[in-house]
Amino acid sequence: MLKTFPKGGVHPEEGKYSANSAIATLPLPKTVSIPIAQHIGAPSKPVVKKGDKVKVGDKIAESAGFVSANIHSSVSGTVVKVDNVLDSTGYKRPCVIIDVEGDDWNENIDKTEDLKKEISLTDKEILNKINESGIVGLGGATFPSHVKLSVPDGKKIDVLIINGVECEPYLTSDHRLMLEKAEEMLVGIQILMKALSVNSALIGIENNKPDAIEHLTALVKDYPGIEVHPLKVQYPQGGEKQLIKALINREVPSGGLPLDVGAVVHNVGTAYAVYEAVQKNKPLIERVVTLTGKSVQKPSNFMVRIGTPVNDLIEAAGGLPEDTGKVINGGPMMGKALNSLDVPVVKGTSGILIMPAELSKRKEESNCIRCAKCVSVCPQGLEPYLLNRLAQLEKNDKLETGGVMDCIECGSCAYTCPAGLPLLDYIRLGKSRVSQIIRSRKQ
Amino acid sequence: MSATILFTIISLSAIGAVAAIILYFVAQKFKVYEDPRIDQVEELLPAANCGGCGFAGCRAFAEAMVKADVLSDYYCPVGGNEAMTAIADVLGKSVEAKDPLVAVVRCSGSPAHRERVNSYDGAASCAISSSLYSGETGCQYGCLGLGDCVDVCDFDAIYMDEETGLPIVVDDNCTACGACVKACPNDIIELRKKNKKDRKIFVSCVNHDKGGVAKKACSVACIGCSKCVKVCPFDAITMDNFLAYIDPNKCKLCRKCVTECPTGAILEINFPERKVKTEETAKKPVEKAENKEQDNN
Repeated sequence: MLKTFPKGGVHPEEGKYSANSAIATLPLPKTVSIPIAQHIGAPSKPVVKKGDKVKVGDKIAESAGFVSANIHSSVSGTVVKVDNVLDSTGYKRPCVIIDVEGDDWNENIDKTEDLKKEISLTDKEILNKINESGIVGLGGATFPSHVKLSVPDGKKIDVLIINGVECEPYLTSDHRLMLEKAEEMLVGIQILMKALSVNSALIGIENNKPDAIEHLTALVKDYPGIEVHPLKVQYPQGGEKQLIKALINREVPSGGLPLDVGAVVHNVGTAYAVYEAVQKNKPLIERVVTLTGKSVQKPSNFMVRIGTPVNDLIEAAGGLPEDTGKVINGGPMMGKALNSLDVPVVKGTSGILIMPAELSKRKEESNCIRCAKCVSVCPQGLEPYLLNRLAQLEKNDKLETGGVMDCIECGSCAYTCPAGLPLLDYIRLGKSRVSQIIRSRKQ
Repeated sequence: MSATILFTIISLSAIGAVAAIILYFVAQKFKVYEDPRIDQVEELLPAANCGGCGFAGCRAFAEAMVKADVLSDYYCPVGGNEAMTAIADVLGKSVEAKDPLVAVVRCSGSPAHRERVNSYDGAASCAISSSLYSGETGCQYGCLGLGDCVDVCDFDAIYMDEETGLPIVVDDNCTACGACVKACPNDIIELRKKNKKDRKIFVSCVNHDKGGVAKKACSVACIGCSKCVKVCPFDAITMDNFLAYIDPNKCKLCRKCVTECPTGAILEINFPERKVKTEETAKKPVEKAENKEQDNN
């Protein structure tokens, strides 16, 4: 029997149309707009100004605190301005806008393709390098990676978990990365293991990617301590807490972090970025982005420079289909519809999904019939129908005791609701109100 | 037989007497003294329990006022000065009269002025919409039109205008409790001084974008041109990050800024029509032009 998490989950239509298209490098855009807040935590401080010449890999914004990340130029050219531009948050926020001129890289970056296996840096140096290179969790949450690797005193980590689950339907960027950059990724995992000083790393992959499982299983023989585990195809298998439960059967306590149960979880994309940063001195300036959808002419996986407008990707995949209803940043379950196609690709953009109008319509709302389907699919064991109502009534104290802060916002409840209720929308609203209250209580 | 009845009566009375004595002493011991003035004050409050005073209901507010030394920080917007002076009399304290306030909606971006660039199909709540993105129009500051302010109003004092999609405040019903101000995620609604005859002049816009950007998104936006600041004889208008703000305490309702505003972002409400004189002067050049044309013919 395949490993999986014990409670809830759904299995939406997979729709992995782009699974067989190899990662293609997208041509350089004319201009890029690089937001200074691409991660969870404090927005970075721009260190360039209008008229500055930058090379690929030059730092353009500096980390503003411990939970923050550096941002580097993904192109070479001239800084046009630092201005507010609409980004994938749906708001105009400060971006560094750069006109692209040629492709001139910073001299310190090793541009060669050869695999560099031996790790010469110490664990402290690795951590510094990762911090310096602005690496954040590439699974979508964009939590600065050096923070996750800095284990506080008194906590003991004994296992590193690598998330290659990619449970979001449609998305294939991690899948292609595991097939095409497997060795680099494995070296990256070794680097992460060294930084955390653990001897064991488990890669979890959903069973709908047999080629990736086979490929990695064959390769890990040369990498002691790393194991590959196929997992049941069940959304949200890739949720941090679900993955830990499935792989090592430990339950992250309510309000706790994976490091409370001795585990750290990183995405495969992050492992690859760590390899490039540590071995090749290359900061996080590009990532794999899936451009897919039912009516898209050429569903593809692109290696995209950060800051490229989404429209460029759509053009490269054959243009916007006529029946488009929504363009979603991310997957269909957790992604968010974009309100403009000019928004830039950021560190957290794992895919752009173009949904036909008929599939992107919301179900018509009707009354809750107390069928408790949402309760049975909630992977966190919550009662979404109740939290939804409490959030609508602003019963914040009851929301808190009802465990709203444990919600991982996977959307299984809203997906399964036969009454078409916007459960997650209200739960998320309640969650943000409760977290504000908790924060003000701490002060 | 009669002995049994007698015995029962005596024993039950004895138990009753003992229990009464115990209860008397317990009641003395655990007596909670409640200031009778709390009830008196609560009686004078409007019992709206709206929370406009900042307390959890009228009773809590009454308790706080009875305990307080001075009443200057306490004000019931629903009861107004009338209720506050009555309460002050009961408590033997003094209270200063405050200007009554009224809610105003600082956005005029109806579909005619503000083009819809996308359509939102999520949960019908401004709070949710604003947590997802900047809204259906190009203006990320303006009214989202989903009516959170209407939902929270206990006094039927605000409703959505079907044509413009914007909330409208019913001045007579508005008690300035501030519920809509808190509910609006974009901070569009403001409590302003209720002037004589409900006359109001305010900048009906909260857009902080630069002039060109603001104007492109909405034709009645404040573009930060500062013309109103220059024309104001009372220094009541300040410009903060491309947005004008009229200080209600300094404004003398002269309406000079209204005519000066190039986009019509400053509104004048409940004023009589402007004097015919200005209309005539405005018409004169046109007439002259017509005459000229005739002359040419």
